[in-house]
Amino acid sequence: MTDVLSAPLVVEFPFTRSLGPVQSAFLTGLRERTVLGVRTDEGTVLVPPVEYDPVTANELRELVEVAATGTVTTWAWNPSPRRNQPLGTPFAWVLVRLDGADTALLHALDAPGPDAVHAGMRVRIRWAATRTGAITDIACFEPYDGAAGPDEPAPHDGEFTDPVTGIVAAARLDYVHSPGRAQSAYLKALAGHRTVGERCPACRKVYVPPRGACPTCGIATAEQVEVGPRGTVTTFCIVNIKAKNLDIEVPYVYAHIALDGADLALHGRIAGIPYDQVRMGLRVEPVWAEGTAHPDHYRPTGEPDADYDTYKELV
Amino acid sequence: MRDVAIVAFAQTAHRRRTDELSEVDLLMPVLHEVLGATGLKANEIGFTCSGSADYLAGRAFSFTMALDGVGAHPPISESHVEMDGAWALYEAWVKIMTGEADTALVYSYGKSSPGEVRDVLTRQLDPYYLAPLWPDSVALAALQAQALIDAGDTDEAALASIAARSRADATTNPHAQLTGDVPAGDHLVHPLRTGDCPPIGDGAAAVILAVGETARALCARPAWIRGIDHRIEAHSLGVRDLTDSPSTRLAAQHAGAFERPVDTAELHAPFTSQEVVLRKALTLGDDTRVNPSGGALAANPIMAAGLIRLGEAAARIHRGESDRALAHATSGPCLQQNLVAVLEGETAHA
Ligand SMILES: [Zn+2]
Repeated sequence: MTDVLSAPLVVEFPFTRSLGPVQSAFLTGLRERTVLGVRTDEGTVLVPPVEYDPVTANELRELVEVAATGTVTTWAWNPSPRRNQPLGTPFAWVLVRLDGADTALLHALDAPGPDAVHAGMRVRIRWAATRTGAITDIACFEPYDGAAGPDEPAPHDGEFTDPVTGIVAAARLDYVHSPGRAQSAYLKALAGHRTVGERCPACRKVYVPPRGACPTCGIATAEQVEVGPRGTVTTFCIVNIKAKNLDIEVPYVYAHIALDGADLALHGRIAGIPYDQVRMGLRVEPVWAEGTAHPDHYRPTGEPDADYDTYKELV
Repeated sequence: MRDVAIVAFAQTAHRRRTDELSEVDLLMPVLHEVLGATGLKANEIGFTCSGSADYLAGRAFSFTMALDGVGAHPPISESHVEMDGAWALYEAWVKIMTGEADTALVYSYGKSSPGEVRDVLTRQLDPYYLAPLWPDSVALAALQAQALIDAGDTDEAALASIAARSRADATTNPHAQLTGDVPAGDHLVHPLRTGDCPPIGDGAAAVILAVGETARALCARPAWIRGIDHRIEAHSLGVRDLTDSPSTRLAAQHAGAFERPVDTAELHAPFTSQEVVLRKALTLGDDTRVNPSGGALAANPIMAAGLIRLGEAAARIHRGESDRALAHATSGPCLQQNLVAVLEGETAHA
């Protein structure tokens, strides 16, 4: 276990999602402290509303306004809130049927403990202080012993000034990534400026970087083989558009390089030669930058070009 | 109609973490085991289909790495579902039924250890109304459990007995992760205690499907797929009756499950409360042996646990311990999507 590398891997994405007319009205309504539902062909009122009937798949557009008070239909006490959940203190997850609605909305209920929560209990929305047009505009629910809202929801045209037309669904997930045995060995060798592949016991091909299996034979590879450092350009492309956050002047060449002794080409940038003089068969060697764990680029060795027959299987 | 059978099944020993193994390292032993059991070579397989989820690894197209383990070069006929492998098996079954292949290799794997699986699974939810609240998988299962308790369908003691029975059965399953006397523990999300929840772990599984005479040649007692179907509920939880699973019932009906009793049922119920819902939906009585493998409460490698239910049911038929078995797989929160297959051994004629 100790010879396997691991490193934190953070996956973060601000998905930008557009809203349809019903979702737009609902989320804009929350911003304005108004809860909208949608009426189905059967006459039931869905809150939160959807744009297509879950039973008939018919398009739904008839909006109605329901109350900010309702009844818990089921619940689950959460003693240890997790990051990003609606409340930082212990709370109940609840499904709440708002007065005037026929279906229930999932959210959090701020209550002192599980003994204070039961199906059938009356609750009301606690609005967030800052509202942007998102489900989190409902900060949570709270117990409520006042009068019930009307059973019959009022028609609503869904019109608001400055409607919300999209949401940004930000998310972050934290992982600890382990690349496994083969790639750990490869990365450790690279740190010592050596390139190590693995040979398939059946077809004898040397894979670099090794992934622990031969894709032709479908069996494990284990025998380590040092390859390179020199290699041959098997094919290449000229990059003309500067990538964001990349400090490399365009145009530059990105190439497939078959390291000597390897049966699979890896890829890298070619420098130390004008971009329009890079060619198939060019002999190259890696250039290691200070303090990095992989070659910065490959440069010509000055040797004569490799004969096409020596690398044609790897193109 | 073509007769299609599961002719081989293999699974890993499921473990809490497998840092030293890449996905392909995890998979290769089970791939070799099913190929070895049938004597088939990788290049003799007509169709290959896999199930996995990139969110578990946190890396896009992670399944393409795993393909190295099946010998994907020279080119093979291959597909992938971002679902439990049970759905990959369904795709492979369709491929064989349409005459496009005579054999299929189906595999799936999941490593839950790199991330926080409760958080990761929230990313499967409706991105507008649910995902921004980060309701985790245990919380959603707990809502369903409380609904069942309020409806009088179960109570905490009955749930604990489901957990105890599952882990006791799992003591005879060498692949299981959690076996024997497992304490009920504290409430993770009330009313579910740690004992009501599945272990978090890494694992993989593979099966081979074959048609008609090919199946008979590859396996002494093939597990014939007499019917298979999958159905889905409305995606909004608040629209559903969480105490019931009409999609499971409908899938079972289409798979022919109700035509005759089954002696075995492998139910994909990661939470004790879900077994209550499934037993009701499938009208399983005491004469049906439920989850003799220990089920997902003993080992729940996400994306493989459903395929394992099909594999375990088939293996009982292979061993002659079952004549007619039901296998169920689920995906999504609160049993949102459900697949049911009916497997039979060759009818014993008098
Ligand atoms: Zn090979």
